[in-house]
Amino acid sequence: MTSAPGTAQPETDAETDVREIDVAEAGVLAESFGDYVRAWLKRVRGGESGILPVLVGLVVIIIIFQIEKSVFLSAGNLVLLLQQGASLVLFGMAEVFVLLLGEIDLSAGFVGVIGGFFAVWLSSQKGWPWGPSILVGLLVPAAIGAAMGVFVVRLRLPSFVVTLAGLLGFQGVLLWLVNTLGGKSSGGVISIDNPVIGGLVGSNMPVLAGWLVMAVVVAAFAGLLVFGDRSRRRAGLATPPFGLTIAKIAAVAVGGIILLVVCNANRGLLTPLRGVPWVVPVVIAIVIAWTVLLTRTRFGRYVYAIGGNAEAARRAGINLGRMRIACFALCSMTAGAAGIVYASNLGSISSNVNGGQLVLYAVAAAVIGGTSLFGGHGKMVHALLGGLVIATINNGMGLVGLSAPTQYIVTALVLLAAVTVDSLARRGQVAA
Amino acid sequence: MTDDAPLLRLRGVVKNFGPVQALRGVDLDLPNGQVTALVGDNGAGKSTLIKTISGIWGPDGGEMAWLGQPVQFHSPKDAARQGIATVYQDLALCDNLDIVQNMFLGRELLQRRMLDESAMEKRAAATLSDLSVTTVKSIRQPVGSLSGGQRQAVAVARAVMEDARLVILDEPTAALGVSQTAMVLDLVRTLREGGIAVLLISHNLNDVFSVADRVAVMHLGRIAHSGPLSELDTQGVVELITTGQTSAAPAAGRPPR
Repeated sequence: MTSAPGTAQPETDAETDVREIDVAEAGVLAESFGDYVRAWLKRVRGGESGILPVLVGLVVIIIIFQIEKSVFLSAGNLVLLLQQGASLVLFGMAEVFVLLLGEIDLSAGFVGVIGGFFAVWLSSQKGWPWGPSILVGLLVPAAIGAAMGVFVVRLRLPSFVVTLAGLLGFQGVLLWLVNTLGGKSSGGVISIDNPVIGGLVGSNMPVLAGWLVMAVVVAAFAGLLVFGDRSRRRAGLATPPFGLTIAKIAAVAVGGIILLVVCNANRGLLTPLRGVPWVVPVVIAIVIAWTVLLTRTRFGRYVYAIGGNAEAARRAGINLGRMRIACFALCSMTAGAAGIVYASNLGSISSNVNGGQLVLYAVAAAVIGGTSLFGGHGKMVHALLGGLVIATINNGMGLVGLSAPTQYIVTALVLLAAVTVDSLARRGQVAA
Repeated sequence: MTDDAPLLRLRGVVKNFGPVQALRGVDLDLPNGQVTALVGDNGAGKSTLIKTISGIWGPDGGEMAWLGQPVQFHSPKDAARQGIATVYQDLALCDNLDIVQNMFLGRELLQRRMLDESAMEKRAAATLSDLSVTTVKSIRQPVGSLSGGQRQAVAVARAVMEDARLVILDEPTAALGVSQTAMVLDLVRTLREGGIAVLLISHNLNDVFSVADRVAVMHLGRIAHSGPLSELDTQGVVELITTGQTSAAPAAGRPPR
């Protein structure tokens, strides 16, 4: 940092990179669709692989399972898959907050389930309405997360160790809570008798309401894109090609229509059963909210800055400690939402939840989706896609009749593949 | 002395680290709108001096005057408020953020509590074009994909965006190739044309002689010599760096280069 380096260079660098100046030539200033694709390919090679690999992976997995078992793509099974995957996606999103900082939270599984416990216990045994119960189920984990964040920040302990202690300790806390507060007679299981919390995953939106919500979401997305482009064009800034904007809107609309068609098809065996499970719009709303937070606010910008170069962020006047604590709190709070959804899916909360496995799946979901373990790179939508990949594997393997050992091994291989892609892309970035 | 006081004047500035005297009474004038090269061997106190000027730490003795007024900087923010911008060798850029995001890091423009990307992009583009940085095709690419010279340019642009009067560059060319170095030196000239004074720390005397108006040579915590570059040749500067004095008659007398 002092005047030590720099003396030896003058001669040696003489013959290097005269062409380096136009590294940026193919830049992001895309005028046409072709330009955009080229710039995008460059970004992929530069380490910003985006969501393409995981999307391709997901499609491949789906095709394999469909060939093996034709019931895989039935409406009934796909809805089941969404119901199973919802908590996984939320756990993954929780991890994105800390992974972006280059930290990790190993306690998110048990902390989230503790949130689920409070929501279930208050609503089902204390007679609280569902609203306040869920609020407490989110705030208790948030407080726990903030406390762990304080340890990481004030005592400068590695988050790995602090949250590892959390992983062990909060398993104990969960056991104690269920056995003491839930009562001896519970036998370690508190079932949900609140219809809203219980029905979050299991019950469905009315068919028409589903279509309406979908239409509003797609229209809002289209409006934001078009208006955003227009204000940029008015400001005289480079705008993405119109065809690309249309393509994005079309992709979201098609996705929404497929989702609605699948969910609104009758999947009942004896009585008709149709509609989008309530948890789907809930998860999508959380994805949108957290994406806005990370990409459109100062807070989100600082999260990425700290993950990219903490020292630069500090010199820019960003309060690193406060940001880190906030991210741990947000992580745990999102995990709380995941815990509530998890309980809702099972219809109960029990003291023998495997929170350790949940958190590892959570990290796997985020990383498979394309979030970097080294901080600075990642998006909420990565956890959504990565969570769906894991849910698909688990669901499909179950259908095909492969046993638990195979499921674990295949999930492991997918995770390994995802980390390899991330690492290779990173190497490409350095080389570029 | 005269009415037009130098932009920054140091008199007898002292800085100690425990028993080590890093600065032993530095006298230095930085005139407005000129490029001053600060040279000296490793350990001569260059880094300590620029950190004192940019407010990382206060001096243990001596005086600093900014435009003739005595000043004390207690933090980098104090210095920045007066218009002193420092670009350290590590540049302090976030590779994962794009050029605009880096330039506005910590002082983002907001509109209804959301980031005002259009306004930031416009101002960033204007600043870069003021600096004649034209090799960057899109200011929305991550800084990690830029060349060394371009990164330096982004760091400088970030520094001067807030009306800087003095830009301190800490070895901006140390890790760069020939064309990249030329680009950075052009950037220094552009800053001077814009009326911004530059304090350029460099080990490379070629760079110094190609861009600086004045040179200040540090030796063992003091300024061994400071004055217009035309008073010295390379040999003289090297002598000053290594011994703290020059065998030639002090000041003037020697043909430029």
